[in-house]
Amino acid sequence: MRRVSGAAAAPVTTGPVLVADGVSFGYGRDLVLDDVHLELRRGEFAALVGPNGSGKSTLLRCLMGLSEPQAGTVRVFGEDPRELRDRWRLGYVPQRPFLDRDLPASVEEVVAAGRLARTGWWRRLHAADRRAVTHAMESVGLLPLRGRRVRELSGGQQQRVFIAKAFAGEPELLVLDEPVAGVDAESQRLFRDSLTHLVAEHRATVFLVSHELGAVAHDIDRVIVLKNRVLFDGTPAELTETGVSLGVHREDLPLWLEGLR
Amino acid sequence: MTGLTLPFPFDREYMQLALVAGLVVGACAPLIGGFLVQKRMSLLGDGIGHLAFAGVAAGLLLGVYPVWTALIVAVIGSVGVEWLRTRARTSGDLALALFFYGGIAAGVVLTGLAGSLDAGIFTYLFGSILTVRPGDVWVVVGCGAAIVAAIWFTGRALFATVVDEESSRVAGIPVDGLNTMLSVLTAVTIVAAMRVVGLLLVAAMMVLPVGASRLVARTFRGMLLGAVVVGTASVVVGLVTARLWGLAPGGTIVLVAAVTFGGVSVVLNIRRRRPAADAIGWRDAPATAPEGSHGH
Repeated sequence: MRRVSGAAAAPVTTGPVLVADGVSFGYGRDLVLDDVHLELRRGEFAALVGPNGSGKSTLLRCLMGLSEPQAGTVRVFGEDPRELRDRWRLGYVPQRPFLDRDLPASVEEVVAAGRLARTGWWRRLHAADRRAVTHAMESVGLLPLRGRRVRELSGGQQQRVFIAKAFAGEPELLVLDEPVAGVDAESQRLFRDSLTHLVAEHRATVFLVSHELGAVAHDIDRVIVLKNRVLFDGTPAELTETGVSLGVHREDLPLWLEGLR
Repeated sequence: MTGLTLPFPFDREYMQLALVAGLVVGACAPLIGGFLVQKRMSLLGDGIGHLAFAGVAAGLLLGVYPVWTALIVAVIGSVGVEWLRTRARTSGDLALALFFYGGIAAGVVLTGLAGSLDAGIFTYLFGSILTVRPGDVWVVVGCGAAIVAAIWFTGRALFATVVDEESSRVAGIPVDGLNTMLSVLTAVTIVAAMRVVGLLLVAAMMVLPVGASRLVARTFRGMLLGAVVVGTASVVVGLVTARLWGLAPGGTIVLVAAVTFGGVSVVLNIRRRRPAADAIGWRDAPATAPEGSHGH
């Protein structure tokens, strides 16, 4: 495993970073999330996997405070995510954000927008904030492109812009929705390096949601398999003991696990 | 605003008042329009203009200064429109139509009641910048100051919501509140601009300068500044042209902005096609004119 546990500053937070306790959510009669339990601790690099329609995005919306669970509770740093005081602690990279192709905005402008979570949305950015923005662009290899228009970049580069935007707030918990879908190999490598750096250097918690793990399959230290409920929650090694190897079974992984029960 | 000595065509007081009011509108309308265009809400300006018409008519009926009644109706209407837009997603378009056509119908009825379907209402519908008085100019300057101050404090957050609303919500940015504020600022802009270019053309000053600027700008800030430059330049060129040739100033100002937008589009289109005769439309091709940008 690439992550160097405890290499950076000693952990301050003791309680879990993220808790989902008996979360259920349905559209009409169909229950998309059925009594989901989940707990993430500081410095964990966890991945939530599951096929399309398994409830990953719905769970994520509940965890981010964008949707209210119909049953159960969600706690982010011990607080209701909708009433979280220090918003910067929670970073979010939505699934391939829709970006107007005619939006005239530079890479630096978009990344700097992510710093507002830290400064307060009405405040101007100071020198320290500018440094954080520069550091965020550097960590995903975008510094040479800082003045470029975002709409001129490739899909993988645009995705890195949004990851840098989340980095700019220096979050303690970073949640990414399908960040590597349709992304080129170079961007995947830079993406993986930047996440492992975030976990190792800042002891941040990274929660990655994907229907395939691809680039980060060897870096994560926890896998949660979801298909409306949690089918598996453990280390990749434990998952391998069940006879499943990540990245091989991908789509049929939940089916496989269901078959084991 | 009197006693100033300016060269022709701004040597007369009425032209100086027109210039001040026009410059404020030329700068502020694109500032709001820049966000509206990126949020795909360009037509909001037109819609709220319809509501302001009802406000003007109410003022004429009640014998109150129509600018105040227009401001009240437009601001209340803008909050209502934003409320409908977010709450009644399924029939958003029709809900807006209800508001807008209801507004103009109410305006027609009220004007009929007041018995003033004449020149009085036309100065608001088509603009009458050459008849603005010092009192009107102060209202315009006040509205302009409010708009600049609001954008100064909320511009970064508004830009964040333009980029992505969901992650902005997670970051604690009050997305709904900012959208409502933008809607109210649109109403304020319309009221400020209705004597300058008229209610029928107000939205043009919000959209056309932005359309021209976004074709060449490299940054969002550069696009806003470029749009302000195009907007104010359109006012100056429009006023000069109108005075020289005896044209209707409101329409001339908007025509200058339209010609600028069209001209920039054509020039860029030609420049992009020259290197390769590909089949890509100019809107799809990456821009290649950074030299002409207004980046910071």
